[in-house]
Amino acid sequence: MKLSLVFALSLLATPALADWQQTLDAARGQTVYWNAWGGDARTNAFIAWVGEQTKAHYGVSVVQAKLSDTAEAVTRVISEKAAGQDEGGSVDLIWINGPNFLAMKEQGLLHGPFVADLPNARYLDLGPTSPASVDFTVTVDGMESPWRLARFVFSYDSARVAEPPRTMAGFVDWAAANPGRVTHPDPSNFMGATFLKQALIELTPDASALQQPVTDAAFDAATAPLWVWYDALRPNLWRGGETYPANESVQQQLLNDGELDIAMSFDPASTAAAIADGLLPDSARVFVPEDGSIGNISFVAIPYNAANAEGAEVVANFLLDPETQAHMQNIEVLGSFSVLDPARLDDAANTAFAALPTAPALPTLAELGPTLLEPHASWMTRLTEEWARRYVK
Amino acid sequence: MSLDLDALSIRSVNGTALFQPLTLHIPAGDVVTVMGPSGVGKSTLLDAIGGHLTHGFHLSGTVHLNGRDVTDLPAEARRIGLMFQDALLFPHLSVGDNLSFGLPANLRGRAPRRAAVEEALSQAGLAGLYERDPATLSGGQRARAALMRTLLADPAALLLDEPFSKLDAGLRDEMREFTFARVKSRAVPTLMVTHDPDDAAAAGGPVIALKGLMAP
Amino acid sequence: MSHDGRLLRTAVLVVVGLGLIAPIAIGLWQTGRAAFGILPALGQDMVSLGPWHELADLPGFATSLRLTLVTGIGSTLLSLVLATGFCATVHARMNTSAGARMLTPFLAIPHAAMAVGLAFVLAPSGWIARMIAPHAGWDRPPDIATVSDGWGLALTLGLMIKEVPFLLLVILSALSQIPVARHMAAGRALGYGRGIVWIKMIMPQVWPLIRLPVWVVLAYGLSVVDMAIILGPSNPPTLAVAVTRWFSDPDPLMILPASAGAILQAVIVGLAVAMLMVAEAAVKRLGRWWIRRGGRGSSAEPGLWAASALVMALMAVGALAMVSLVVWSMAWRWSFPQLLPESWSLNPWSSAQDGWMRALSNTLLLAGATVGLSLGLAIAWLEGEDRARRSRAPWAEALIYLPLLIPQIGFLYGLNVGFLQIGLSGGITAVIWAQALFVFPYVMIALSDPWRALDPRMIRAAAALGAGPGRRLWAVKLPVLIRPILTAAAIGVAVSVAQYLPTLFMGAGRIATLTTEAVTLSSGSDRRVTGVYATLQAGLPFAAYLAAFLIPAILHRNRRALSGASAT
Repeated sequence: MKLSLVFALSLLATPALADWQQTLDAARGQTVYWNAWGGDARTNAFIAWVGEQTKAHYGVSVVQAKLSDTAEAVTRVISEKAAGQDEGGSVDLIWINGPNFLAMKEQGLLHGPFVADLPNARYLDLGPTSPASVDFTVTVDGMESPWRLARFVFSYDSARVAEPPRTMAGFVDWAAANPGRVTHPDPSNFMGATFLKQALIELTPDASALQQPVTDAAFDAATAPLWVWYDALRPNLWRGGETYPANESVQQQLLNDGELDIAMSFDPASTAAAIADGLLPDSARVFVPEDGSIGNISFVAIPYNAANAEGAEVVANFLLDPETQAHMQNIEVLGSFSVLDPARLDDAANTAFAALPTAPALPTLAELGPTLLEPHASWMTRLTEEWARRYVK
Repeated sequence: MSLDLDALSIRSVNGTALFQPLTLHIPAGDVVTVMGPSGVGKSTLLDAIGGHLTHGFHLSGTVHLNGRDVTDLPAEARRIGLMFQDALLFPHLSVGDNLSFGLPANLRGRAPRRAAVEEALSQAGLAGLYERDPATLSGGQRARAALMRTLLADPAALLLDEPFSKLDAGLRDEMREFTFARVKSRAVPTLMVTHDPDDAAAAGGPVIALKGLMAP
Repeated sequence: MSHDGRLLRTAVLVVVGLGLIAPIAIGLWQTGRAAFGILPALGQDMVSLGPWHELADLPGFATSLRLTLVTGIGSTLLSLVLATGFCATVHARMNTSAGARMLTPFLAIPHAAMAVGLAFVLAPSGWIARMIAPHAGWDRPPDIATVSDGWGLALTLGLMIKEVPFLLLVILSALSQIPVARHMAAGRALGYGRGIVWIKMIMPQVWPLIRLPVWVVLAYGLSVVDMAIILGPSNPPTLAVAVTRWFSDPDPLMILPASAGAILQAVIVGLAVAMLMVAEAAVKRLGRWWIRRGGRGSSAEPGLWAASALVMALMAVGALAMVSLVVWSMAWRWSFPQLLPESWSLNPWSSAQDGWMRALSNTLLLAGATVGLSLGLAIAWLEGEDRARRSRAPWAEALIYLPLLIPQIGFLYGLNVGFLQIGLSGGITAVIWAQALFVFPYVMIALSDPWRALDPRMIRAAAALGAGPGRRLWAVKLPVLIRPILTAAAIGVAVSVAQYLPTLFMGAGRIATLTTEAVTLSSGSDRRVTGVYATLQAGLPFAAYLAAFLIPAILHRNRRALSGASAT
């Protein structure tokens, strides 16, 4: 008994954890500027809550710099590098993934690797193929830390639509029968691009090709059926496919206004949350294509020149705390699914997750079906460029 | 006390002189009237003497007040009072505050200052109007208040710029009498510009015709 | 006397040069370098035309350019025609100061708030459609692009609703300097119709007085970002919006073509102003020929009435938009085709309270600081002119208008790089400075005329009474000019509150104001919270105007010459 205690204490004194105490000390009193998309009131409220908690527990304040596009934060870091400001940068923490992560990682604009230093990283499955280790097929290499799980889902008003499309291919017939009642966000927006990717994965002859970096030949072969599908769909889109909502929030508002019958989201709980907020009718429900839908993980990263990198690490670690994740998954708070590996949690934590409240419009994990892997980030860039080349006149 | 101009001339922006050099001696209590066609620079002459010349005009010659050269002094240091055809009472101050605006700072204490103003008001037939809004006075009342404001500042000389031209005929005589009586009793040298011969006659002093150089 | 004046004038010149002109020059220089391939941070150090080729090849570039020209020039010309027609029709019958007061809400509300309101009023599921719905039998909104339409009509309309009142005010103030009634009588006695007298006799006198404001409107219309994001087409958007987006593309190398686009934006404005000058010369020659012909046609009358009717319609839509903001901020559920919310709630106000309190206090801080600085500088400038007893040189007048004529997007990116180099970016100081670039010109323009209109003899009278320059300023000029000074301050508040791009670029996204939040939220799903921010955003400048009206009235309640409604 005594021996094991000594053993445990010696474990605690391993360099990584000793370093963590240093990080905590350095972080105390810092104010972390968390650059995060600000279009969702519940996310903003959650971030504010995180700030209250880290302030109380670690003396770290959090201020959300609300972005209308994550790329704004990337540009800011680049401008700072352009001006030679390699220290004391204005961005401490970014809600990031996909192409923005790829761009910052390639440009050497990130601090890290730091994820392995976070004590709560022990609850993550960091195996080489785990979703927490691969962001759009780009290896994370400890340069960004996961915080919420995203699954692509559609929402619709069950009072107006009896039968939503069951596959992406089915959208063509559905739109032909209901012209002008469906659309997708502008593909220059993340969600619009995801709609195209979701269709691409379903329609492409060999989905595994999408996991490799894109080449000209592979792109033409893989996307040919997609364009045929899209050319058939587009004339029956909202506004004849001449214009698109800026993002999924605007599209959700159009669903609420009755201008559209279908909206989409990267958050399975968003529909139930919107109903609770009075932003969608009570009859709104969620559906996913039969073969599953794209899922990914939202990360936080720290720029190389962050003024408050230690504080940012403390926040990243706090986000991985099982209690934080359970609070976040609560439909009354945010409703985002946890990124933690249930197998690595203790019973108490698992019970806490199981006891979370539910809602009619909140799908169960079973209803969401299989998770499809994001294509390599280079596909998304090519896909949106090609879409713009074809359809932006 | 006297106001002396020595070879005073003014050149405009393009370098031409406005009138022939003017040399003038005004003893205390005298009113010298300057007459001339409009546009000859009568008002500019007063600006030059008072220290209000605008940028672009160049002054040569000197202005002496009681033997002291004031040519290069700023307007506020010259102690030369100025009256226009409009009363130009400050619209944000009461009638009494207008008068005390010019009261020399060396008259100290609230009560003596107030008393000096009240005294001046009653002299001008404006007793009891200390708190009044100047905009509510009649034309004659306003003109008298303006004169008293100027005199309370205890000027060493007085410049009058067509002072009666905006008053209606009946009021004009009354105002001339009032003004010149006060000038005489205070014994200040006074220069008046006007194009009304009756003004000159009422002033009773010498009349000088300002000759333009540019006029044909 | 001149020593004091010279010191003050030199100080003002240094502040204007370093504070106003240098930032714009540095911003343009940095943006210009990037436009020609120089961006050392990304290893780009070869001068090349590459960014321009890339710009031309970007999808939708040609359409963006076309949209910019059509909406910018179209809205300006239409606004000018309508405002002129309206003035011609109602000027004789209108109490100018009462008219100006009626325009106040339209002038006070920031473009972004107006756009948020209009987006709802005009939408296929919006207020106008809901009024029609019961009669047309719509149970779901029609699939018509009434906002974000491909031709930018909604954007043009939005710009006009903001610009027509501005031009009305400018024209009315120009008319007050012209003996309109006598010209009208003379013209009609010679057998010319009312409208024709306006076109042939009055407008030629008004134009030189409103030329610069029209240029400002044109420059604004061609480079507006916030309103174009909300009301303009998105696929592709106008050039200014596209450039703003390219600046924040995930691919950092997009900064190069974005910079080229920013410079192009400045060139477009320059060319458009040049075109206006050429058009002015042509109209002058044509007009002279037309006037010499002596035609007495009275055919302008129906056109004038149509213009007035259209102006009234624009105002009505604008008023509806403003009301809709307030209604949305107090709604809970309000779905199509309900004319009024099904359920009301103050929840949007209380739940977002922390957010809007912070944005409100930031906005107040910025407005207070920028207006204070601008007012101080403007008064110092005008007082310097007084003390030197000279009027303003034309180059100085041009200097004041410079920040209003160069598109913000043209120099803000470069300015940000410049600010970063001196370690100033991302803070409140940088935002105050950047906003003051745009607040100062408006404050200066608003204050200049009333300041000069002050009777110089009154100041001479004060000097003759022994008041030195300081006492003349504090005890005479400032109290007499309190109303125009407060009006200029209110205009400054409105300009500061409305600033979007400078706050966004210079604040590094950390300085959340009512405007940045309203624009961000307008691309979110909760119109009710957007309504809260837009209501506050519109309410703040309005409160400032109200204060500018009430404070002098209370302060000077016993001073008939100063307490009236008319300025000066």
